[in-house]
Amino acid sequence: MKPAPFAYHDPRSLEDALDLLAEHAEQGKILAGGQSLLPLLNLRLAYPEHLIDINRVADLSGVRRRDGVLRIGATTRQSTLERSPLIAEGWPLLSEAIRYVAHPPIRNRGTVGGSVAHADPTAELPVAFTALGAKAHVASKRGRRVIDLADFFITHLTTALAEDELLVELEVPPLAPGTGHCFTEFARRHGDFALGGVATLVTVDPEGACSRAVIVLLGAGPTPVRAEQAEAELIGPQIDSKRAASAARLAAELVEAGEGSEVSKTYRKKLIGSLTRQAIETAAARSREESAAAIGQTPAPRES
Amino acid sequence: MEKRRVEIEINGEVYTAEVEPRLLLSDFIRYEAGLTGTHVGCEHGVCGACTVQLDGDPIRSCLLLAVQAAGRQVRTVEGLTQGLPEGELHPLQQAFHETHGLQCGYCTPGFLTALEPLLLREQMPSDEEIREALAGNLCRCTGYQNIFKAVKLALRRVQSERAAAPLQEGGD
Repeated sequence: MKPAPFAYHDPRSLEDALDLLAEHAEQGKILAGGQSLLPLLNLRLAYPEHLIDINRVADLSGVRRRDGVLRIGATTRQSTLERSPLIAEGWPLLSEAIRYVAHPPIRNRGTVGGSVAHADPTAELPVAFTALGAKAHVASKRGRRVIDLADFFITHLTTALAEDELLVELEVPPLAPGTGHCFTEFARRHGDFALGGVATLVTVDPEGACSRAVIVLLGAGPTPVRAEQAEAELIGPQIDSKRAASAARLAAELVEAGEGSEVSKTYRKKLIGSLTRQAIETAAARSREESAAAIGQTPAPRES
Repeated sequence: MEKRRVEIEINGEVYTAEVEPRLLLSDFIRYEAGLTGTHVGCEHGVCGACTVQLDGDPIRSCLLLAVQAAGRQVRTVEGLTQGLPEGELHPLQQAFHETHGLQCGYCTPGFLTALEPLLLREQMPSDEEIREALAGNLCRCTGYQNIFKAVKLALRRVQSERAAAPLQEGGD
């Protein structure tokens, strides 16, 4: 099938894009990477009357670090994120998560902002950015605002963006020293939509005690799910398998999705519980490496 | 809906047409440019049969509007044999032929354009990396084993040629 007819606009400036968005808010759709939108158009599951192509809008893409804070332009290609040494060094959770997103040809067009704004319940980037405590910078003709990602996802395919608002940038704080990460998911075939997944961050102090933990579940519900009780379980002395397992059990209790979908809720609970336990152990091991590296970075002067 | 005039360079040649914005790049390539090597399978991005290269990067041509490719460079499967002597195949094509990596051939152009960048790698990718590179293209005929073999064969040949090349420069 082919898309239904639409009027096509390709603004060159953010101002023009926002004008168009304000004018066509109701019957318009933003076209960024198009890797989620074009399938909907081709299958005629969506037929907006206006398409606002933002790929040629200046200064909307790019990966920058300013004062330790990561700033990613909304139309940055997912493959750019994947190849970024800056991100691999400072925010490796993103580098790990991005490799699970579909396949390279999809990542060559798909955008970082697009994935977040589309808010598919099984998307990887919303979960990873939520775990990192990211903020969404959003613009409209009415002005700009910043939305914490914890408040950004309302339900499946629905975000806090108003009809006339455009996501322009994601801001990500630096990771504390001694923080280990793990992103993992399970899909039937590599690149398929995930049946379940998790993003984990574990921070340890120089003695190895866990001072902070973040666990965000993928596929547990219509939005990324923060497993706060599971996180609290991990705070304390060095994480061992027993605590990882009990935290994972607490996380699994939050899994609601499954009724009427391709796998049952029981399956999802077991899957996400299992993945969470693995992720906690991996993140904990990495956090100990990070902590050791942080100490090792200030070597004592050598006697010659 | 208003038509737009677009110019798209495909395999080094510029094709111009008045098109509806909703015309997919895959259809522009097949109907406006007459290059039917690019195939359309699922038309929603999952099968990979329509894969072409846009400014060197493999993409799904069914998920790009032709108007979005205006002024860009596209490379399709037909571009693989450009500049080669009559009858000679691109190393990937030759390898697919030798390992019987195709039967009906419907998925093959998509595999070739998606895999070509892999041949630029300096080091031999691991088996896992090769499998990952294949993961975005579906094949109903072969069961993938021979396609995997084709990729390894092509990689080995290209890499050994590259390793041999400096010796041919010959110093004094």
